[in-house]
Amino acid sequence: MNSSLLFIVLLGLTLFSYWFGLKRSLKVAGGPEHKKDLTCLPEQFGLLTAMVCGLPALITFLIFNSVEQLFIEHMLTASLPAHIQSLSTIDLGLYFNNIRSIASSETIHSLIQTIDKQSINSNNVMLLEQSKAALTLKELNLQATWLKTGLVLVMAVASVIILVRKFSVNYKARQKSEAIVHALLVASSGIAILTTLGIVISVLFESIHFFKSVPPAEFMFGTQWSPQTAMRVDQVAGSGSFGAVPLFAGTMLITFIAMLMAVPVGLMIAIYLSQYASPKLRRIAKPMLEVLAGIPTVVYGFFAALTVAPVIRNVGESFGLSVASESALAAGLVMGTMIIPFVSSLSEDAISAVPKSLKEASLGMGATKSETVIKVLVPAALPGIVGAILLAISRAIGETMIVVMAAGMAANLTANPLDSVTTVTVQIVTLLTGDQEFDSPKTLAAFALGLMLFVTTLGLNILALKVVRKYREQYD
Amino acid sequence: MTKSQESSTNTKKMSNTTSSAKTLSITDKVNMSLNKRHKKEKRFKMMGLLAVIFGFMLVLTLIGDITSKALPAFHQHWIKLDVDYKSSSLNVNNEAAPKLLDQQLQSANYRKVLRESIYQMFLTETGKALSRQEKRQLSQLFSTNAEFTLKDNLIAEPAQLNEKVNVWVRLDDDVDSYLKADFPLGEPGLRITKKQAQWIEKLHTEERIESRFNISFFTASDSREPELAGIRGALTGTLLTMLVTLLLSFPLGVAGALYLEEFAPKNRWTDLIEININNLAAVPSIVFGLLGLAVIINLFELPRSAPLVGGIVLTLMTLPTIIIASRAAIKAVPPSMREAALGLGASKMQVTFSHVLPQAMPGIITGGIIGIAQALGETAPLLMIGMVAFIVDIPTSVVDSATVLPVQIYLWADSPERAFLAKTSAAILVLLALLLVINVTATVLRSKFEKK
Repeated sequence: MNSSLLFIVLLGLTLFSYWFGLKRSLKVAGGPEHKKDLTCLPEQFGLLTAMVCGLPALITFLIFNSVEQLFIEHMLTASLPAHIQSLSTIDLGLYFNNIRSIASSETIHSLIQTIDKQSINSNNVMLLEQSKAALTLKELNLQATWLKTGLVLVMAVASVIILVRKFSVNYKARQKSEAIVHALLVASSGIAILTTLGIVISVLFESIHFFKSVPPAEFMFGTQWSPQTAMRVDQVAGSGSFGAVPLFAGTMLITFIAMLMAVPVGLMIAIYLSQYASPKLRRIAKPMLEVLAGIPTVVYGFFAALTVAPVIRNVGESFGLSVASESALAAGLVMGTMIIPFVSSLSEDAISAVPKSLKEASLGMGATKSETVIKVLVPAALPGIVGAILLAISRAIGETMIVVMAAGMAANLTANPLDSVTTVTVQIVTLLTGDQEFDSPKTLAAFALGLMLFVTTLGLNILALKVVRKYREQYD
Repeated sequence: MTKSQESSTNTKKMSNTTSSAKTLSITDKVNMSLNKRHKKEKRFKMMGLLAVIFGFMLVLTLIGDITSKALPAFHQHWIKLDVDYKSSSLNVNNEAAPKLLDQQLQSANYRKVLRESIYQMFLTETGKALSRQEKRQLSQLFSTNAEFTLKDNLIAEPAQLNEKVNVWVRLDDDVDSYLKADFPLGEPGLRITKKQAQWIEKLHTEERIESRFNISFFTASDSREPELAGIRGALTGTLLTMLVTLLLSFPLGVAGALYLEEFAPKNRWTDLIEININNLAAVPSIVFGLLGLAVIINLFELPRSAPLVGGIVLTLMTLPTIIIASRAAIKAVPPSMREAALGLGASKMQVTFSHVLPQAMPGIITGGIIGIAQALGETAPLLMIGMVAFIVDIPTSVVDSATVLPVQIYLWADSPERAFLAKTSAAILVLLALLLVINVTATVLRSKFEKK
């Protein structure tokens, strides 16, 4: 029985046990006419039975699935000849892959037969061995599937039987089922913590790995980034250098360009929409900005790489400037576009949170609207606006697709926006897409960069929240 | 609004009356500066309006640019060939038994038939045999898929064997782009020689070429050949990934929000969870990809490139959004409702599930849809977990290798063939249309429930 079928059967069993628990409780009470004798409603008995049927079985299923492959691999290794068992882990992994691909092909039996007929030579001895191992693997897989099916179903049925035997008129079915639901709710809310923990541990763990081969000081302050590591030990100039300063500089340059575009435009939009615009314009403009915010970043990336970048290059060349085809300016401007709605909506919230009395006092003193905005509203909303800008910066730093598609790969240390620069996120993507072994410094470097990214954005967020909270305390 | 206008006109009147008295020099100064200040006010207002217009322009440019680039992808040029299904060229035995003939038709030499029918069109014109180079250039005009079109055609109607028939086949993507006048001759990236252009011209005047709606864009899977590539594989992948995301993130998010709003005691632990969720909402999406790679793939050994893993990663990413939105919706349920139910003897759990949850459902659904829309457009974390592979097969389960629409867009945008430019834009339009549908659904649901 395969996993999805087992799943459906389990679901059916769970539904059945709801009905079963319900009926059983009525029987315990002595028939439907004695329903009132029960401490809890029969439906609550049913619910408890269903939960007790489904949950332990589901947990068994998940645990079994997670350890299944490990056990099978272990048993398969034990069945292999000694000279293969003594292979290194990487070679053994390759060998297993071969076995798996043979096992998944339909023609495995005929393969063995044809080899048997041929004269034995060194080439097909290997193949024969692998085919036999593949047969063992198939056998093991089959056994594991049956074991799993049996275990899960026995678990479901047994727990229902044990529970149902305990049923009595005074049995507290509701309290028990509510306790289970409560536990599930707590677990769900804990997932957020687990996610953060998972991020921190995985990124930190791999970064520590990385810092064993590359000293942190070199990573943080080195100005050479060329993460090509040697394929062979004796290879020339393949040691790789991991100085991340050009990446940080590139990220900052693009973020700076983006903010240069997003902050003034976003802020002016926020001011105009909250202070000047007619309700009609607001009704049109707000969804329009939401469109800008809702467009997937890969679309912005496409736009930057194939529309904005060529335009910038053509304009630049007509002025006699040399512009890289993947200029920081193109990526930065498009990223700025993406961030405009973010800045405008957060600043608008901040501006409209300023108490009305301040605005009216200013207008009453004869100030014009613009003077009120510049001298009263914006200063009063400044913490909120600063918070918005900080969040926008954090967003720009972490943005990936626009820069992957529109910014370059070369780690140039430059402040010229017409040059091509690379960013932290671009390098993470480049280092991790493609076929590398997982333990090389090259892939681990991506995690070190990820750690930097995580820490920076987290810091900015906490700072932004603090700034905003402080402001809120002033007026409430 | 009206109040502030009133107040400003009041100040004007007041300053007018005082200035006529000519007693205070400060008033004069104010009056003299008024003009300048009003100009400044106008300038400021103008700047605001310009910013809004600029925002509008950006949206229009973006959508307009992509739409104009996408339009060529929705139709495709086909060419009519006079095909002679000669059994000798096909290498098929005429007298074979029907069953054997079927088998032979499966493996017959359609390439030869195709070539013959192509060469014969141009043979009559020049009168002499085509040179080898000319033959090669001629073959390049047709899609690599053309011989399979011939094959499917014959297998569908075996009676056509040894007959001369007209068959429509696809043209090569470069020819297709050339015919759509996407790029003029000689443009880099368009591989059409002058001679080929003449041939195309000739075929065009003979009315052999026809433009058709490109159905295969929606029914075919990814391909290296732009004229054959479609988005069905990516769409299916997106559907499966979103299904996993929805099934995981919605129940988990709602359960988490219910606990935090209804049950959680106010202590440091709950504070921690709350801060945590707010921070997670702002963590860059690529970091979730790193988590997926290190934990879900390397530690739990789930298959790479699978919609299951993609769905789990996107769940972790959208969970904070859904929890925050759901909490807001739950918070908005009036306390009187809870108290009334509690007063009638319902348990806390019963109150939550039979009163609070149904009341908060519209808000929760809206939040969930926003989260799903966010997940639908997400690309970066999926790159990390290997959903970038070139996959031709259409995935059938959540553990098959698959790719999703945004990643397909990323892959096509990287392809050197010019014809992929239109394909990419068209795929973007499909993605945007999906997002639009989802968002409109959210808005409609919200307004419908709010009216109640």
